[in-house]
Amino acid sequence: MARLNFLLLAILALCALGLVTSQHKARKLVAAHEREQTRARQIDVEWGQLQLEQSTWALHQRIERLARERLHMAMPEQQRVQIVQPGATP
Amino acid sequence: MKFSESPVLELRLPVWRSRLILIAFAGAFFILLGRAVYLQGLNQDFLQAKGASRYSRVLEVPATRGKILDRNGEALAISTPVKSVWAIPEDVKVSGGELKQLAALLDMPQQELQKRLSATERDFVYLKRQLAPAVAERVAELGIPGINQSDEYRRYYPGGEVMAHVLGFTNTDDVGQEGIELAFQSQLAGKAGSRRVIKDRRGHVVEDIGSITAARDGKDLVLALDSRIQSLAYSQLEAAITQHRAKSGAIVVADVRTGEVLALANLPTYNPNNRTRLTGAQLRNRAVTDMFEPGSTLKPVTIALALDRGKVTPSTVIQTDPGWLTIGSATIHDAHPEGALTVEQVIQRSSNVGSAKIALGMPALAMYEMFEDIGFGTEPHLGFPGEAAGRVRPYKSWRPIEQATMSYGHGITVSLVQLVRAYTVFAHDGLLMPLSLIKLDQPPAGKQVVSRKTADAVRHMLELAVQSGGTAPRAQIMGYRVAGKTGTAHKLADGRYAHDKYVSSFVGFAPASNPRLVIAVMIDEPSAGKYYGGQVAAPVFAQVMAGSLRSLGVQPDAPMEPIELPPPGAEIKESI
Repeated sequence: MARLNFLLLAILALCALGLVTSQHKARKLVAAHEREQTRARQIDVEWGQLQLEQSTWALHQRIERLARERLHMAMPEQQRVQIVQPGATP
Repeated sequence: MKFSESPVLELRLPVWRSRLILIAFAGAFFILLGRAVYLQGLNQDFLQAKGASRYSRVLEVPATRGKILDRNGEALAISTPVKSVWAIPEDVKVSGGELKQLAALLDMPQQELQKRLSATERDFVYLKRQLAPAVAERVAELGIPGINQSDEYRRYYPGGEVMAHVLGFTNTDDVGQEGIELAFQSQLAGKAGSRRVIKDRRGHVVEDIGSITAARDGKDLVLALDSRIQSLAYSQLEAAITQHRAKSGAIVVADVRTGEVLALANLPTYNPNNRTRLTGAQLRNRAVTDMFEPGSTLKPVTIALALDRGKVTPSTVIQTDPGWLTIGSATIHDAHPEGALTVEQVIQRSSNVGSAKIALGMPALAMYEMFEDIGFGTEPHLGFPGEAAGRVRPYKSWRPIEQATMSYGHGITVSLVQLVRAYTVFAHDGLLMPLSLIKLDQPPAGKQVVSRKTADAVRHMLELAVQSGGTAPRAQIMGYRVAGKTGTAHKLADGRYAHDKYVSSFVGFAPASNPRLVIAVMIDEPSAGKYYGGQVAAPVFAQVMAGSLRSLGVQPDAPMEPIELPPPGAEIKESI
């Protein structure tokens, strides 16, 4: 009888220790998850800022000005423009 | 010694003493039992909540406002996080040097900062809202006690003043105040969520408990706007307003087939990213909220009605001699006597007398119904705040002179957006297309206002109006057939027509063989000498139309020949 009790006690102690470690692991994972989520949010924010930056650099007025002033480009005259419809035979 | 032999047992104490003890203990036991039932049964929820509040925290899960994109996916408005700096005045301990540094970082005068920090009767003062994250970090590095930061969102508009009126803006709390931002507030706004967590001693979240309300980010909104066309329209309008020293102006570009608004610009405008010193004039979205007397741009509506009712054909001859017409006590004039004109020529040469005569041959009710069908007097339902419905007086009160002047756009007011919508009828086989600011997946159903035959006939007349015998040769574009109508009207000032103030407008579409775009231009009070719609508004139309058709890759429908302009002085002036 006493031997069985000792066995049960040992099992109980093991279970209790297991519970503590798994709880600890779970909390660590939650913390890691939390960190990743924060990172995801930060990356999302950064993406928004990059989009904003892209839109700012790609402003039509800016590109037109650069094309005109720095690259000396000009709009082709209408006579020199040919519009090709997809599938049309030349 | 055995217990049974104990002398104490010999004492024979009275029985009540042991009973008393028993009762006392039993009583105490029941009190404890009662307390246990009270705490664990009856009062459990309250106590558990109290306990939870010792270790659990409710965190707000922030939600971002949706982006606004143009039809090609270019970002027009994006929210990004910024910091706001606030203080608990009582807790603030700051040295003179720190105060100076802080004032410099926050970009505010030192006295002002000092004043806010010394407002000890308040528990909370904002020092600066919407501070760039980099600056906020430097404020945090100062490490002044009592000064805190919290996250906020700020909306940026890369397009600046070009798109200002369409997009509108949000306030410091990221709530829409104007334009699309206000109109689509419920769709764009996110809903912050919340979650209950257990935090450890170091402030790390260790466990989620209870239910999590997920944050709902605002939905992105894809506009019908094409930012290439928008910026072209804006720059051309700006150039024209500067050249003609005009007070204001507006332009609307719409797709004929779908009713989508591809561009909408107003001047004067403002920079939505920096809204200090805003005036009402800058804020006004004139194309949508301002009503004006359209003038001759309304003639095609009258003519279309007459054609549709079979009152006239395009070749019916109308006698406009001697160039004026007296109705009751009022007289209406043409710019110069034209003699006998066909209906086609009435449009081409923009004769007031001609259109008045045609209008007087029809019942007032028919004209009223036509105006109503074509969308005048009703809001265009774009979703914008403060859309003007325009003003069409009830037909029962019309006098003949009013019916006559309304036929050429006086005594009736419309907005530029309504004018664009009305012209879709002539460009789209008699179908009135509902306008949309949002990109559509499929074209909406139009409303048949006039027959296809009538629409074709009017389209032909409008084509004549921009050729060299018409009032707007400057609206021509090389390579495309253009159709359109000029309008020049005296402005109403204090209930009278001001003789030196005009509204010049032009509405037209191209390519005429298979219309793709309709553009309306309105220029208010040009004061550099020229004021006819054909001189002021038509060139803007031509520039924007040519650029837009090219950027959309529309097949030219006319030979590539230089456009013919009449010699200076020989231009046909329209009647005002």
